[in-house]
Amino acid sequence: MSLPLTPFIVLLPLAGAAILLLTGKRWPGSSAGVLASTLVGGSFVLSVITLFGLLGRSGSDRLAVTHLWTWIHVGTLTVSVDFRVDPLSIVMAMTVTGVAALIHVYSIDYMQGDPRFPRFFAYLNLFVFFMLTLVLADNFLLLYLGWEGVGLCSYLLIGFWFERRAAAFAAKKAFIVTRIGDSAFLIGIVFIWLKFHSLSFATVFGRAHGLASGTATIIALLLFAGACGKSAQLPLHVWLPDAMEGPTPVSALIHAATMVTAGVYLVVRTHPIFEASGTALTVVAVVGIVTAIYAGFSAIGQDDIKRLLAYSTISQIGFMMFGAGVRAYAAAIFLLVTHAFFKALLFLGAGSVMHALPGDETDMTSMGGLRAAMPITGATWTIAALAMAGIPPFAGFFSKDQVVAAASGAGRYGLWAAALFGALLTAVYISRATFLTFYGKPRFRGHPHEPAFRMRLALVLLAMGAFAGGALGITATNGILAKFLRPVVGSVAEATHGLSELWLAVVSVVVAMVGIGLAAFVYLGKVDWQALRVRFAGPKRLLQRGFYVNDAYNGLLVAPGQAAAAFLAYVFDARVVDGAVNGLGTLFRAAAGAGRRVQTGLVRNYALGVLAGAVGVLVYLAVRF
Amino acid sequence: MAESFYQSYGVVVALLIGGFGLVAVAFTAARLIAPRRQTAEKLMTYECGIDPVGEGWSQSQIRYYIYAFLFVIFDVESVFLFPWANIFVRLGYQAVVEMAIFVFVLALGLLYAYKKKVLQWV
Amino acid sequence: MLALSILAQAPPATPQTATGHGPLIFTPVAPELILVGVALILLLYDALEPQRPHLALALATLAGIAGAAAYSVYLWFWVQRPDSPSSVLQGMVAADRFTVFFRLVILGAAFIATLLGYLYLERAGEVRGEYYPLLLFATAGMTLITAANDLIMVFLALEILSLSLYLMTGFSLRRLASAEASMKYFLLGAFSSAFFLYGIAFAYGATGTTNLPAIAHKLSGQVGPLALALGATGLLTVGFAFKVAAVPFHMWTPDAYQGAPTSVTAFMSAGTKVAAFAAFLRVFDVALSPLVWDWKPFVWALAAITMVVGGVLAIAQTNIKRMLAYSSIAHAGFILVGVTAASRQGIEASMFYLAAYAAMIVGAFGVVMLVSVRGERNLNFSSYAGLARRDPFLAAVLAVFMLSLAGIPPTAGFIAKVSVFEAAVQAGHWPLVLIGVLTSVIAAFYYIRVIVLMYMQEYLPGQEETEGLGREPVGRIAVAIPALLTLLFGVFPGVLFGLLKAASVIRF
Repeated sequence: MSLPLTPFIVLLPLAGAAILLLTGKRWPGSSAGVLASTLVGGSFVLSVITLFGLLGRSGSDRLAVTHLWTWIHVGTLTVSVDFRVDPLSIVMAMTVTGVAALIHVYSIDYMQGDPRFPRFFAYLNLFVFFMLTLVLADNFLLLYLGWEGVGLCSYLLIGFWFERRAAAFAAKKAFIVTRIGDSAFLIGIVFIWLKFHSLSFATVFGRAHGLASGTATIIALLLFAGACGKSAQLPLHVWLPDAMEGPTPVSALIHAATMVTAGVYLVVRTHPIFEASGTALTVVAVVGIVTAIYAGFSAIGQDDIKRLLAYSTISQIGFMMFGAGVRAYAAAIFLLVTHAFFKALLFLGAGSVMHALPGDETDMTSMGGLRAAMPITGATWTIAALAMAGIPPFAGFFSKDQVVAAASGAGRYGLWAAALFGALLTAVYISRATFLTFYGKPRFRGHPHEPAFRMRLALVLLAMGAFAGGALGITATNGILAKFLRPVVGSVAEATHGLSELWLAVVSVVVAMVGIGLAAFVYLGKVDWQALRVRFAGPKRLLQRGFYVNDAYNGLLVAPGQAAAAFLAYVFDARVVDGAVNGLGTLFRAAAGAGRRVQTGLVRNYALGVLAGAVGVLVYLAVRF
Repeated sequence: MAESFYQSYGVVVALLIGGFGLVAVAFTAARLIAPRRQTAEKLMTYECGIDPVGEGWSQSQIRYYIYAFLFVIFDVESVFLFPWANIFVRLGYQAVVEMAIFVFVLALGLLYAYKKKVLQWV
Repeated sequence: MLALSILAQAPPATPQTATGHGPLIFTPVAPELILVGVALILLLYDALEPQRPHLALALATLAGIAGAAAYSVYLWFWVQRPDSPSSVLQGMVAADRFTVFFRLVILGAAFIATLLGYLYLERAGEVRGEYYPLLLFATAGMTLITAANDLIMVFLALEILSLSLYLMTGFSLRRLASAEASMKYFLLGAFSSAFFLYGIAFAYGATGTTNLPAIAHKLSGQVGPLALALGATGLLTVGFAFKVAAVPFHMWTPDAYQGAPTSVTAFMSAGTKVAAFAAFLRVFDVALSPLVWDWKPFVWALAAITMVVGGVLAIAQTNIKRMLAYSSIAHAGFILVGVTAASRQGIEASMFYLAAYAAMIVGAFGVVMLVSVRGERNLNFSSYAGLARRDPFLAAVLAVFMLSLAGIPPTAGFIAKVSVFEAAVQAGHWPLVLIGVLTSVIAAFYYIRVIVLMYMQEYLPGQEETEGLGREPVGRIAVAIPALLTLLFGVFPGVLFGLLKAASVIRF
């Protein structure tokens, strides 16, 4: 039994992309943006309808695979274009389309006047299309197709203003770094194929528990490497802060709804393989929490509002990975959904601030007190910040609390403590950003103003989501979302260890309050934070540069790489490769040259060739005879 | 089957040998018997008529190819017509119609060639 | 005996029933009759009416091709009727879906070639009416050969298409290269025809018949020495290998493809290969299927040499028509890989490959023709530098064809290569697949080079003429259709494979 609308969820954005790519210039004014937004909005509506279709069935029945066509059917390899609708994928699809639709609407005003306005929306639609392919795919190859497509679109969008060197460079960096993960992912898919002789989810997951734990670990870690690349986890996170060079709505899209969440989705989707391994789950949890803390520290050191948000994304994705790693899949997806709302809101807020200030200001030290000039932006931002910091009743509180609590419930107190520390850092950096931007004394230039209507609309709608999203999961075990996702990810483990849920929540809130208080003490109180910056310039720089990981890569990998390339190019290539690789090329060229000499242009020689061939065939037959 | 098949070729081989033998005998006999008196005239390519000019290998007018073509076309036509003429009574009206179509198509070709002024000597 | 499973689809007809006097059924050759009829009318019209408008000729040709195609579609269903014979005209012409499939592919290529030809003649200022009848005659020969169920018929159809193509190759009277190409093609073609005819004689000597199913029947019952049959196999291979341009019988190809007017090159590169391979498949997988273990080894070798030589020689080319000519040689090798498999799967894969190949090569030469502006210009690679900026449409379309020729997804070329390789692996020919994959990697180099030139290099204004770079809608349509098909078959190969399931059974 399939749900008939499923293909159209995916096809609407594709249609938008195709129309705009082909006839983009014919769409006057902002009509291209309206078209693109409508189509993605339509996609969202279809997702909602499909959701109700799914809700109309009993729990175990909530799976519908729509078979479109068999793509490759060669021998034993069969790959179909099948879309899978189950609770997990529909939640993802709704998040993607919902948030993306709002970002589309916001972009209509944000990108107003850009010479490549229709092209921008074509790319956005294409991005959504690939992301939907990724989350709705029913086999690994189709998922991989979406995965690569998302990478391609991020490249196109980050480098949208390719006239700027930094943008072109950042786009390339994002593409290359995520490719490292993608290659691992592809190898993982090949392993899955070798092991299961199938790439379809049902077959693979149905038989995953029978996997030897060593094999499972290898496959799971290869998949996780892919997830790390896309989701910007340590050590493949370096592309994300640079990705700020793209237009701000793109950042919002990448950070909130698409791209980075793909890795979390992948881990949750393929959790049977991770569970068959066990070791891999621990790796996921550790990488997640280390990333969360690392990025939390780095975020505190940022002055650039967008870079701060970038690190905050890395950190939040780390939390989601952590949740998946401690088998709190429902909580991880819950955090993913609420994060999509508040992070999109934060980015769009940042975009509004940039638009309002002269020269697209992004330095928070030159802001302050913007709340008065931009009340709506300020209020919505504050809601998002409270959600992120984990203050009830905002959405972030419930989701993050459940992720953190899952570690305690599983009796892994070390991880729990680390997660709490990460939550503290979250509260600190997001309040710091809030206070520096919207509160305190004005330090900005120019006359800021509220953004255009459609941008405000998107902000308010997202704020409502960030405020009320928590309703999806008031409690970890019996929340709406957790119950809904149960057929896919299994039921949430009852807490067998540690404090009760209520006390855990209290601890979480206290931690968040402490974080906010700390930031308020420094940035709103009597402390001269600007003097502190000078006194602690060293540590400050350490944080700001993200613990120099990027620089270390530059020093350890890129620079030697370039040196090696130079060496290869000027020394090795000129001498050794001439004899080897180039030799091969020379060989082919020589062979081709010799072939050309045979090709004399004289008919008699050609006829001789025909005769020689005929004689060859006949001599063979004679010998055989 | 194969043996009898090759045996039937044996006749051909015998015929070949016989043929070659006959020619060889005749030539040898002529060489032995005939008187030989070589003069310049006798050694020329053509003993009678106009004296040859230039070499034997010379280019012929390319325009002659049209004659070659026309000859081939009608030659092929007659090759088909002769066996057909032998048996068309037995084949019935279908054979007549088919041959009519065949000749008609060839006639079209001739008409085309005529209209394109191919048949005129340039 | 693998191929005997195909044989087992229908009881082999004995020569007695095949040559008996039945009613003459012309339905299965109706597409050819339509084509030839239109051709004759156009020939006369051209001769009798000196002021005939060019457009009328082209439109009538298109109508003829479309009519033949429509009739072929009807035949697709006609041949499945319980009362329809498996062969007609005294066993000369087969009536099966195999031939209908190939007819449609060839007619499609002819349709595109007509559009291209119209534009070519207009631009080059060489409007002579013979072009269209010749094209129709050649098409009729090509479609007829796919249906030929008798070696005589194969030969006849082969000559119809060859003679027309010799003339079309030399169609540009002003260009010496065109005449030279025509002459070479003609001489070598005649040479290879002699081999083919000799092969027919051997086959008749071995079995006493030229009817393909009857030959198979005779050969499968034979236990004694097969000297004549093997000789026939070898000589027929030479004849076919020449027509499909397999190494070492390929040498005419680069010269003929380069010298011929580009629209003709587009037509013959697609049409001849498809037609000759259709006959190749039928003759080798039906008539000679009892000898499969005898012909397999050297067709295997032929495939390997063809892939390698075609792939490597293309590297050294600087002229895009020559490069594509070598690429078409290399592709013949890939198709031979499918033929060598000699299984139902191999036939299916080869048929898919041929359909995909026809679409991409006709389109690629079409783009080359459009870039040539007028006659034969801008054929060096340097003319393609920065094409993406000058004409994004043509660049994008050519990029699709190049990707497909290189066998990169999501294009038809990818699926085609995967399926022939899979068939070959199933048949145990993995060394051939290895060679194929390696040559594909080499080949990707020069296809990608064209894309790199178009997209990543700046155009340096030189002597080449660039104005009027194929803005005519006719040309755009003519290259857009194959491009769409290339993508369609790449993304939805199931559409084609669905047809092939029904078409890969050769009835006799």
